[in-house]
Amino acid sequence: MSKKAKSSKNTNLERRDLIKGLATVPVAGVFLVNLWRKMKRDATKKANLLSDLVQEKSAPNVVRSVSNSRHLNIGIIGYGGRGGHLVRGAGFATKGWTDTVYKNAQKNKLDKQFDTFMSQEDLNCSLVGVCDLFDNNAELGINASQNEIRPGGMPKNTATRYRTHEELLANDNIDAVIIATPDHWHAQITIDAAKAGKHVYCEKGMTRTFDEAIKVYDAVKETGITFQLGHQNRQVEANEKARQIYEQGLLGPVNLVELTTNRNSPWGAWYWGIHPDGNNKTIDWERFQQPSPNKLPWGNGKEALERFFRWRCWFDYGTGLSGDLLSHDFDTINQIMDIGIPKYVTSSGGIYHYTKENYPDIIGYDRDVPDVWNATFEYPERDLTLLYSASLSSSNPRGNRIMGHDATMQMGGQSGGGSIHGFVVTADELSTQYKDRLDSGIINPNYPIYTYSPGSKQIDGVTSATSRYFAQKGLLYTYREGKRVDPTHLHVKDWLDSIRDGSQPRCNIDVGFHEAVACAMATESYLKGRRIEWDPVNRKLI
Amino acid sequence: MTILHSSIKENDFQFYGLVVLRVLIGWHFLYEGISKLINPYWSSAAYLLDSKWIFSGLAKTIVSNPTLLTISDNVNMWGLTLVGASLLLGLFTKYGSLTGMVFICLYYLFAPPLLGLEYSRPGEGSYLIVNKNLIEACALWVLYCFPTSQVIGLDRFFNDSK
Repeated sequence: MSKKAKSSKNTNLERRDLIKGLATVPVAGVFLVNLWRKMKRDATKKANLLSDLVQEKSAPNVVRSVSNSRHLNIGIIGYGGRGGHLVRGAGFATKGWTDTVYKNAQKNKLDKQFDTFMSQEDLNCSLVGVCDLFDNNAELGINASQNEIRPGGMPKNTATRYRTHEELLANDNIDAVIIATPDHWHAQITIDAAKAGKHVYCEKGMTRTFDEAIKVYDAVKETGITFQLGHQNRQVEANEKARQIYEQGLLGPVNLVELTTNRNSPWGAWYWGIHPDGNNKTIDWERFQQPSPNKLPWGNGKEALERFFRWRCWFDYGTGLSGDLLSHDFDTINQIMDIGIPKYVTSSGGIYHYTKENYPDIIGYDRDVPDVWNATFEYPERDLTLLYSASLSSSNPRGNRIMGHDATMQMGGQSGGGSIHGFVVTADELSTQYKDRLDSGIINPNYPIYTYSPGSKQIDGVTSATSRYFAQKGLLYTYREGKRVDPTHLHVKDWLDSIRDGSQPRCNIDVGFHEAVACAMATESYLKGRRIEWDPVNRKLI
Repeated sequence: MTILHSSIKENDFQFYGLVVLRVLIGWHFLYEGISKLINPYWSSAAYLLDSKWIFSGLAKTIVSNPTLLTISDNVNMWGLTLVGASLLLGLFTKYGSLTGMVFICLYYLFAPPLLGLEYSRPGEGSYLIVNKNLIEACALWVLYCFPTSQVIGLDRFFNDSK
């Protein structure tokens, strides 16, 4: 073989080596081209959808500095289950509670209740007064004020027990009160507190009746106290995002909103435990029923105990589904859409499941509030109907829906035991606003155009099946700057901060009044069996 | 060191079948990794929270500890990307296929489709004990045993036995 031929053969070999070595590099090139095209397509999708809108806006800022501000003394009136939670929101938990959640965290690393409580901001306040008509509850409240296992360490003061709210309000050292009694006491205590110059955090529903709502509104306005109604949904990031989406008109004209409650357990229907220590020595029964329209003698105590511990089951003390569950969902929609007070309300329902016959071991005395209940709220000036439908005998999670001509927002709702859910926005296949993008395939009506999943910071128009699933299920919690927080704590903090700087808290008396009147109209319609009309000029129900 | 048997090299049909398998698995890994890298909200938490069987305790430990979760997220994002590039380009493929196999085996073990285990994540197929993860892990084992990158791939330049 000539030298030239040999050299040519070597070159051929080298070239073949090179080609074989780099043979799959073009595949990598194809990969990169397709990756770039996909990223570009996703970016176009996002730009065309909603993510740019929400990404620019950060979480609602509730972090106001209180460290150098005035120390506040607070009192709790009604230290039951919810009262205990609210006081924990202010930074005071019973020793029993901190011990239990600490042990739970040791057993289950995913149980963050203890961490969440201990990492709450110290709100620079003291719990100095406790008023409850049941001795055990009052003692628990005192215990909570003394427990040094809390954010901020050793409490500056501890609480005194008061037998009546009047005695507690007479203490000049108390700046503000949390009212978490049964609903029939809300109005009287709020009015007395306002007159005594105390700021008020009142648990929902605001009042038991329409007349009480008017009186509370006037008292708060006249005295100028800082009033917060207990709808902690006002602190939930998802609702702020939902409001931005609605305000931008991305759902199009909305003519129908559907709200639901779906529970299926005796506990969910308010058949709560009757405390073994409850008797006519430990409970001030006469005081309890003082503002209720019908009075019942203690007698053998059986019915009185049921009514005392399961008060939501009777119209004498509350309004059942209306004040407990509709009120939360109504306020959420009012937060998102500013719907205000409806013009007309009709409602109907019945006691179809929770009877003595069906539950002889649990129910001793029949309730009078319905367990299946529906209400229709009409807003003719806004071309809007709001439907509420509740069942306490099926837990099918229907969620809540804001149905627009161009898109529908599906939300988890607040009725599943108070957990915080995300939402999903899906375009309507016959939308006018999105017609071009639907026709060109940029928007697919079978897939959400926007998904908000709390906790995961998932703000993205292009989401995976898994993240959509978790958003719908609402597995996680509300977050601020990556830290898990309890919305109840944020709501109490919002109130205390507003007291200090003279601003209005998020669920002030004006929006509280909307909730109170809307719920009262629904209750009254059920009780009277007819449509109720709101007369805003004379502030009357017709 | 595993050396590609000459009879495979000489049989184009068998040999290129293995190369195609390597490139496709590489592509899959590479996109799984990159799609996580470019999504600022991706986290392994959702997968770990749904873990069942022997590693569910470890999964809970990882999710409950922000440092461990960050490590887990980064190992996944970068690991998948590098393994993908390795298989696709045929570079250090021996290590790539072994690492890939470990990854996929872990995914399998954290959430195996065994009798009696129910997952809340929506599934994209029907599986009983054997799922696509297990099959992909086996395919990577095959690729480890037949290092085609010694002939087609950048490993060729580091290999004297071609």
